[in-house]
Amino acid sequence: MSRGFVTLLYKEVLRFWKVSFQTVGAPVLTALLYLMIFSHVLESHVQVHGVPYGAFLIPGLVIMSALQNAFANSSSSLIQSKVTGSLVFVLLPPISYVEFFLAYVVAAMLRGLMVGVGILAVTLWFAPLTFVAPLWILLFITLGGGIMGTLGMIAGIWADKFDQLAGFQNFLIMPLTMLSGVFYSIHSLPEFWQLVSRFNPVFYMIDGFRFGFFGVSDVAPEISLTVVMASFLAVSAATLVLLRSGYKLRS
Amino acid sequence: MSVAVAIDRVEKRFASLRALAGVSLQIAEGEFFGLLGPNGAGKTTLISCLAGLVRPDAGALSVMGHDVVTDYREARRRLGVVPQELVFDPFFSVRETLRIQSGYFGIRKNDDWIDEILANLDLTSKAEVNMRRLSGGMKRRVLVAQALVHKPPVIVLDEPTAGVDVELRQGLWQFVRRLNQDGHTVILTTHYLEEAEALCGRIAMLKQGHVVALDTTRNLLAGVAGQTLQLRLAGSQPLPPALGARATESDGNWIFHLAGLDEIEPLLAALREGNCVIDDLRLTQSDLEDVFLGVMQNSGSAHEDGR
Repeated sequence: MSRGFVTLLYKEVLRFWKVSFQTVGAPVLTALLYLMIFSHVLESHVQVHGVPYGAFLIPGLVIMSALQNAFANSSSSLIQSKVTGSLVFVLLPPISYVEFFLAYVVAAMLRGLMVGVGILAVTLWFAPLTFVAPLWILLFITLGGGIMGTLGMIAGIWADKFDQLAGFQNFLIMPLTMLSGVFYSIHSLPEFWQLVSRFNPVFYMIDGFRFGFFGVSDVAPEISLTVVMASFLAVSAATLVLLRSGYKLRS
Repeated sequence: MSVAVAIDRVEKRFASLRALAGVSLQIAEGEFFGLLGPNGAGKTTLISCLAGLVRPDAGALSVMGHDVVTDYREARRRLGVVPQELVFDPFFSVRETLRIQSGYFGIRKNDDWIDEILANLDLTSKAEVNMRRLSGGMKRRVLVAQALVHKPPVIVLDEPTAGVDVELRQGLWQFVRRLNQDGHTVILTTHYLEEAEALCGRIAMLKQGHVVALDTTRNLLAGVAGQTLQLRLAGSQPLPPALGARATESDGNWIFHLAGLDEIEPLLAALREGNCVIDDLRLTQSDLEDVFLGVMQNSGSAHEDGR
């Protein structure tokens, strides 16, 4: 990988790290609030897959926040530099569209990971967590962050204004991540909504991620991994085609 | 002299607007080249094509022999562009901005050169200051610095002095002139014609996506009459018939274009003979502005095909 890619990745990481109070700290606090409220209400009444509710909830909150923040990272970086015009500094140098893609996606993954690790760190003592298959944990949070970082790129490139991006985030990403089994097992849903959930790739990210902790899941983790990998390949290919054509970036 | 920038029949259309209608130019290494034209003439589009920000519909461009599309990495390494808009990344200090820009061009540990540019642009004391805290003029100078981090042999300045105060403008030109003397090829677009006249060895004038004039600054200036004489007669008298045919009227003033100063004496003699009393008289040297206005008027509707 060229120095140009390394620098762009470094710059993207530095960009969110400089405001980490807002980009990492805030989502950690939000997740902590969710956990305190829901576990207070439900801890003594509910078990999922035989796991106490608080413990069940933590992995869901971790990956949901990681996914949302991965999306936020690439999309807000792109729209900001598009609106202010500073994207030109990245478009003038000899950086290929593949390097451009990788830098933004890897930075988004890293932000997702940092948020995830942060949430784990502050919630660990709330509930007894197990780490049955750590490799699966890492795999799902990384691939999930990659998918959301890539979607964030598409949204950031497509949107011309901040409110268009906010629409994308509030009406697509939020429901997609909230209604994917973070707070419940889809087996508790009516049959129709179970079926709908199975068409939502985010469900597989969360289900596979949770398998890594407890060794139990709604669907087999191999199926989840296949769906997540296929989704990643599909959105990546779409984004690369977009970047290659210069859509909205190089007229 | 080898060619620094070659632009070959470049065309670009934005929806119904024909921004570039087959522009061809060759700029030699070491030239100080001016790109002039009214707003919307295609100057920035042409520069954007050269920089890879806009993809031409037809034609080819190269920088130091490297095609900007097929060999873009090598072409972009040799090109430094100072964009027209005052853009900056608010997350970083001046030094961080310049280090990051160096990295984009594959350069590590560039601080010696960065310090030198900062000193030349009078920015040393601002090196660690966040971009947000700089004045407009300083941000403009950082943009120049950013375009130079990779020591490009070809430098493009797109209206760099728009909205910049006089003192800074002088300092900037001194610096750019020195870069040119050191062998850098400089391409400049500007609205300030006196700037182009003072700096550029050769000038292309663009209008509606066409090159309507291309020559050395000296030849362009020689193409217009040497002086312009402007006079007003007392009591709004008419001009003697012998002179009337040579003059154009504007706001009660009569304007004569003279090829040389020796034409003044016979002109005054004719006025005396006609008993005309001169109220006001002004003599000005023709400049690039006259050339510019002349070219823009004469090339009038010849190229309206693009609309």
